[in-house]
Amino acid sequence: MAQHKVNFSENGGLPVALTTVDKLVNWGRSNSLWALTYGLACCGIEMMATGASRYDFDRFGTIFRASPRQAEVMVVAGTLTKKHAEFIRRLYDQMAEPKWVISMGSCANTGGMFNTYATVQGADRVIPVDLYLPGCAPRPETLQYALMMLQKKIRSEKAGKAQRPKRLV
Amino acid sequence: MMREYKNKENVQKKSYYTDRYWVAPRVPTFDPATDEEFNSVVASLKGKFSINEAYIQLKHLVIYINPEDNKAVLQYLHEELGYGRLMEMSAIDWLAKSGEFEIFYEMLNVDKAKRIRVKCYIKEDQAIESVQDIFRLANFAEREMFDMFGVKVNNHPFMKRILMPDDWQGYPLRKTYPLQGDEAASWYEVDKIFGKEARDIIGPEIRDSAMIDRYDSERFARLGHEVAFGSDVSEVKTDQGYQEDGGVFLVRKLHKDDTKTITDRDR
Repeated sequence: MAQHKVNFSENGGLPVALTTVDKLVNWGRSNSLWALTYGLACCGIEMMATGASRYDFDRFGTIFRASPRQAEVMVVAGTLTKKHAEFIRRLYDQMAEPKWVISMGSCANTGGMFNTYATVQGADRVIPVDLYLPGCAPRPETLQYALMMLQKKIRSEKAGKAQRPKRLV
Repeated sequence: MMREYKNKENVQKKSYYTDRYWVAPRVPTFDPATDEEFNSVVASLKGKFSINEAYIQLKHLVIYINPEDNKAVLQYLHEELGYGRLMEMSAIDWLAKSGEFEIFYEMLNVDKAKRIRVKCYIKEDQAIESVQDIFRLANFAEREMFDMFGVKVNNHPFMKRILMPDDWQGYPLRKTYPLQGDEAASWYEVDKIFGKEARDIIGPEIRDSAMIDRYDSERFARLGHEVAFGSDVSEVKTDQGYQEDGGVFLVRKLHKDDTKTITDRDR
């Protein structure tokens, strides 16, 4: 046998991996989560730090995009004001399916300390949220953890199925 | 869902606790004649405009003028007396006390390091003349005054809300405006995005910041013990890891038992 010829029959050496379509698609989806740049307040600084070299989101396949058309996860990082609420909904609608939302920090979760007339009391009043990330502001490790939890959630979903209706659809 | 109606007419007159013997501290005021510069300013202004009141407080000269004179007085201070900077201007809400707004202009003379506060009273529906062609600062400041207090300004080139959205109802810095928003404010984003029909689906805002319920998985989560939205916390296994037990493709799962803790720092 030639030196570089692969012996398919030996010790399971077939260059074939068997898997399901769901797993294959979700593997691709969960490892190329492009995030929409959505820093609204101080949480945005932590989000930027997570994307930068020390914490390095790129190794998860997460690259920040400036366009909602190219993004599939929206990290709502910061205080969502009532004036801005219609714009976050519009940007969410512009994202292509499938799409996910991480609500980062107390302000995006519940309005946080801004119990005032001008702040939306939780981003989930406007857009459906997949992951709520506590903290004020959450450390970059926490955002990484949230991203890995989101990857886990994506892996558990059916790939071919239309997006399950979430709240507020 | 209608907010319970509360009469806010006398909201400023109420206080929770009153000490019978407490005397409100007063900032001492002085006669303008005690300062040479301010004395000459008041004297030269008195020849042209009517000055209702003038005193020195915290090294500022405070003068009360008629609201119709505001532009002429500021022009005169700017061009003749050297008060070339308008540091700040806005309004004070005295509607509950006297049905009036107090408008103030904070002026600075850079050469002499002297400050003057020009004040006037206007009624709630009375408009005031814009000073934006003398001081550029007034352009934004008057828009903010309109946005926050509802004071209308005549001859402003772009009289529009500056901070709040254009279709906002009410004026947030008025003392009768509730901090957590009135009826229109609390439903603003829902009405605008989804329409009034969605109010029942989305529900009212939750404003009780002290409420915590660990078994309410719709609104609360514990880090490391996250569960799906709305599921029963008491029944499911809540301990979460970021990987499935078998690991994922190309990534081996980290088992805590396989790790080694290094105790010798000088290894």
